[in-house]
Amino acid sequence: MKGPLIEAKNITKSFFNGEIETKILHELNFQIEAGEFVAIMGPSGSGKSTLMHILGFLDTPTGGEFYFNGQNTTELDDNELAAMRGTTIGFVFQSFNLLPRTTVLENVMLPLLYQKMSQSQRTKQAKEAIEAVGLSHRITNLSNQLSGGEKQRVAIARALVNNPSVIFADEPTGNLDSKSGLQIMQILQDLNLMQGHTIILVTHERYTAEHAARIINIRDGNIESDGPVNERILAKNEVELKK
Amino acid sequence: MLKQNLTNSIKMLVQNKIRAFLTMLGIIIGIAGVIMIVAVGAGAQSVILNEIEGVGSNLLAILPGNTEDEGPPASVFGITITTLTNEDVYSLLDTEEFPYIEAAAAFVQGSDIVTTNQTSRQESFIGAGYQTPIVESFEIEQGHFFTEEDEKSLAKVAVLGFDVKEELFGDDEAIGQKIKIGKHNFKVIGVAEKRGSSGFSNDDKNIYVPIKTAQKLLLGINHVSFARVKISEEKYLDEAEEEIAYKIRERHDIPLGTLDDFEVRNQKDALETLTTVTDAITMFLTAIASIALLVGGIGIMNIMLVAVQERIREIGLRKAVGAKKSDIIIQFLVETVFITLFAGIIGIILGIIISYLIAIIVQSLGYAWDFKVTIFSVILSAGVSGIIGLLSGIIPAIKAGKLNPIEALQYE
Repeated sequence: MKGPLIEAKNITKSFFNGEIETKILHELNFQIEAGEFVAIMGPSGSGKSTLMHILGFLDTPTGGEFYFNGQNTTELDDNELAAMRGTTIGFVFQSFNLLPRTTVLENVMLPLLYQKMSQSQRTKQAKEAIEAVGLSHRITNLSNQLSGGEKQRVAIARALVNNPSVIFADEPTGNLDSKSGLQIMQILQDLNLMQGHTIILVTHERYTAEHAARIINIRDGNIESDGPVNERILAKNEVELKK
Repeated sequence: MLKQNLTNSIKMLVQNKIRAFLTMLGIIIGIAGVIMIVAVGAGAQSVILNEIEGVGSNLLAILPGNTEDEGPPASVFGITITTLTNEDVYSLLDTEEFPYIEAAAAFVQGSDIVTTNQTSRQESFIGAGYQTPIVESFEIEQGHFFTEEDEKSLAKVAVLGFDVKEELFGDDEAIGQKIKIGKHNFKVIGVAEKRGSSGFSNDDKNIYVPIKTAQKLLLGINHVSFARVKISEEKYLDEAEEEIAYKIRERHDIPLGTLDDFEVRNQKDALETLTTVTDAITMFLTAIASIALLVGGIGIMNIMLVAVQERIREIGLRKAVGAKKSDIIIQFLVETVFITLFAGIIGIILGIIISYLIAIIVQSLGYAWDFKVTIFSVILSAGVSGIIGLLSGIIPAIKAGKLNPIEALQYE
């Protein structure tokens, strides 16, 4: 029987400032199945970014166990974590993080540079990913010649290029106008619905979160609620965030 | 991956042209300096070598006074030593006692106003033994050199070097003309062939007069500055050196075990001494140029640290998409080595160009200066700049490799 893609068992995260321990995450337990579209919501300081960093192998938990595809990843060293990021994870960031003065193709190809494969295979995969976000006509443009929405689409193509198990999107619409933001969310939704990509979205915006199928609400390092998207939750979050 | 890193490096270079150039300047200057200094050292040595080969390798020089084995002759320090005389030199011309001596000539030097019908100018003259053309291996183009009789009778005759004849008489016939050296009239009896410059002196500018005439009439001295002895074959050099010394020691009544008041040197010794000196100077200057390399290396390290700081987010991104610590370290090392190697190559080319210009300029001044850039110095310079790149890249690269991806991605 195939288990969940992601399983968090009592995950905690603390930061230490000398003797003083600050707990960011308190014994979180949840599972995410392959093919889900999950939004992690919560006010700033709630620990949602820290959770995403752990789930994305950018950071390790202080306690508890994190299973990925049935494998306990808690004990992985830096190089193994890098390998996991390179083969199973795609990141989309709020501030795009494209390499400046570098073409769209080169930007999208970047994750493949750290994988063993031929240059022609890299180019082929990168072109496919660029096509998937509808930017084939911009392939030779430099990243700084693109609009914000286009930049984020390049970033999505870059996240897709290594055919990852999970795409993490950290406030992907945060730096975009609402129209571009909507486009980006539709692309992510399509990737989830049409191609079955697992997507984990970190956001505090309602209109972004409503594209997901499930929302995990984090507050003060605890899971406040975890369930399907519905009007009540979205409305509640909106009220909470406006406080 | 390496190709990608190199492409990156080139891009960095092109994107920050001025900064890259300024960064590389230290290395460029250092490497160009090293190449140039080594070439100048080799050039200077070639002048000395050509000088010595010009006069012939089977020559012995007799110098008045004495110094330590490897030191320069006493005359270099401006000390006049009067212990060597014409008679010492004549005593060597006994073919029974010294069958291997082909010729010997003593020399004195001076300078005075030289006047002709047309001009009057300060010229230097050489009082020379009558066997000088044999000793120094040159021909007389017009007329003849002065004879033993001329020398003994204090004849007031002169033989002109090729250039000095042109200066004094132009295209006119010089043989039979009168020139005045100081207060004395001399008759020109010969013009030497064009000999070309050898080493530091231009023999075509010499005015030769019989040595005794120069001593008695022009300088009022009895001693000679130095003498040269031509040995028939090189294999007799050591024997000749010893026997000549013995002979003169005997003539000067110098008891065995005391210091001689003269010195017999062969050209090989002189060559070795001068080579040692130029080698030392070259080493010293190279060491100074190396300081520029060191400073250049520090400059590159500094700029790479800045580059790491500027590209923190890029490093964070690369790590987020799967780059290992070692991937980042290698990327920055390749960039640093690329920049320094590139600078090194520019430095090598610049150094070669400057060395070539120096050679042309010095050659145009009449010195037999060879343009020499050895493969060794080129390879060494390239190697050194690569190593500097590696060394100055290590700290920034490790710093970049250690960056935490989360902090790097959030860096503003």
